[in-house]
Amino acid sequence: MSADTKKANRPGTEAITEKGWLSAHKWLLLRRLAQATFVLLFLIGPLTGFWIVKGNMASSLTLDILPLTDPFILIQSFVAGHVLEMTAMVGAAIVTIAYLLLGGRSYCSWACPINPITDLAHWLRQRLGIKGGMQISRQTRYWVMAMVLASSALTGAIAWELINPITILHRGIIFGVGLAWTVVLAIFLFDLFVSRRGWCSHLCPVGAFYSIIAIPSVLRVSAQNRAVCNDCMDCYAVCPEPHVISPALKGEAKNIGPVIQSPNCTNCGRCIDVCAPMVFTFTNRFNTKVSESPSRVMEAA
Amino acid sequence: MSKAPKSSGGVNRRQFLADTAKAACGVGAVGLGISLYADDAKALPATALRPPGAGPESHFLSACVRCGLCVRDCPYDTLRLAKLGERVTVGTPYFVAREVPCEMCDDIPCVPACPTGALDHALTDINKARMGLAVLIDHETCLNFLGLRCDVCYRVCPVIDKAITLEQHANLRTGKHAMFIPVVHSEHCTGCGKCERSCVLEEAAIKVLPHRLAKGALGAHYRLGWEEKAKAGHELVPGIIDLPDRMPEVVR
Repeated sequence: MSADTKKANRPGTEAITEKGWLSAHKWLLLRRLAQATFVLLFLIGPLTGFWIVKGNMASSLTLDILPLTDPFILIQSFVAGHVLEMTAMVGAAIVTIAYLLLGGRSYCSWACPINPITDLAHWLRQRLGIKGGMQISRQTRYWVMAMVLASSALTGAIAWELINPITILHRGIIFGVGLAWTVVLAIFLFDLFVSRRGWCSHLCPVGAFYSIIAIPSVLRVSAQNRAVCNDCMDCYAVCPEPHVISPALKGEAKNIGPVIQSPNCTNCGRCIDVCAPMVFTFTNRFNTKVSESPSRVMEAA
Repeated sequence: MSKAPKSSGGVNRRQFLADTAKAACGVGAVGLGISLYADDAKALPATALRPPGAGPESHFLSACVRCGLCVRDCPYDTLRLAKLGERVTVGTPYFVAREVPCEMCDDIPCVPACPTGALDHALTDINKARMGLAVLIDHETCLNFLGLRCDVCYRVCPVIDKAITLEQHANLRTGKHAMFIPVVHSEHCTGCGKCERSCVLEEAAIKVLPHRLAKGALGAHYRLGWEEKAKAGHELVPGIIDLPDRMPEVVR
């Protein structure tokens, strides 16, 4: 296979030629910007002495007024037997409401610092043509979440925070690295060689928790123009949770969709980027409008 | 994309049970590991002291979310978060007295900074903090025990003359001098660590230890006769029999 055909097979190539590179990477770039912002905001204080945000992703204080707390850590603390102060409760409530609006797993693709690591592993896995590996059920993460809560209740300690790579990395960047890089490297190698999208889409209990918040959440991706889909499969290739696409994209016959209802969707918007006919768009869960394409209607008739 | 046949529910029962069992066993094994690790983490190294207002370690690990807000509000950079690989539970705040002791700020900024109450917000008087307890561990190298007048631990104590006092004893080595022995009183010692920090020896003779290591405990049923007597205002057992003194023959 020549380099050119290889390149042509890469997902998104068609979108780049049709829409231009920038608009075929719009959401990806915005996402990387958001991820960098979530680290930099916390770093400005310790580096310059000008404090915008203090703390880390477990709990923080913005401009000395806005408390934010990770609700999953709060729940673990609660089942471990601690009665929390009001500040943490308010912080967790604000975070929960925000993700109820923005889509629960937006946390995973827009805020979590592990996401760029596993995205890189996935990208490299595709470039190197690494196939196969360990098959893990997507449901495993819910088991891990249940296990974490059980472990917290039994040991009386916030169990997941002992190994949570998200906070270990985020805290490591802000407060001093230590051996935090070993955890990051382990997850990178796991996703690269052991299991495709293994960590974020199959095992991480934090993602499982935010999936639960995502069940009623408002912001959604919709396959609004599904009528013009040309079955290039690029969206499936880039999606971290490909099973969420089918019902929305191909559900016309069964009268399902076009809004992606699966709580596993991370609202990363990569499907919007790589789709040349522009099938997908961000909308709210109540907007079930479908655009009809004349060509497609004729084809069907 | 192939569509899973809806009629059979996607997967058959055998497959479902096998997958469930696999997931449950795998996750269970990991869970056991985490739980044992969590239990192990409660054994805090003796030199690691928690910030003021922290409860016993078993409670602290259920309450602290490891956000570092106490660290940020500590004006003397005493507190730090444990990095992965240190022997203190990852991400939790602590300080080492010999390196940077607690300066016992009047407004205790680290405590209200804690969003979860892992540092008890009821603590408003820093003199009531109990981060640890100073113990004059080494009587053989302490300069005051050698009969010299070092007194540094006593002088730097923020609760001087209450938490550490100097008790006068005769110096039996010289036979004519006094020794001033620093004595720590647990009733007043906050465990700030200034004494340990300032000890002039290569290795501190006075060290702040967690209470579990530093303190003994009387049996709950013990009563001190002299205190009971003072409380009652009279002898508890009236008319104590005065037994005859048994003196050696020669003395008699």
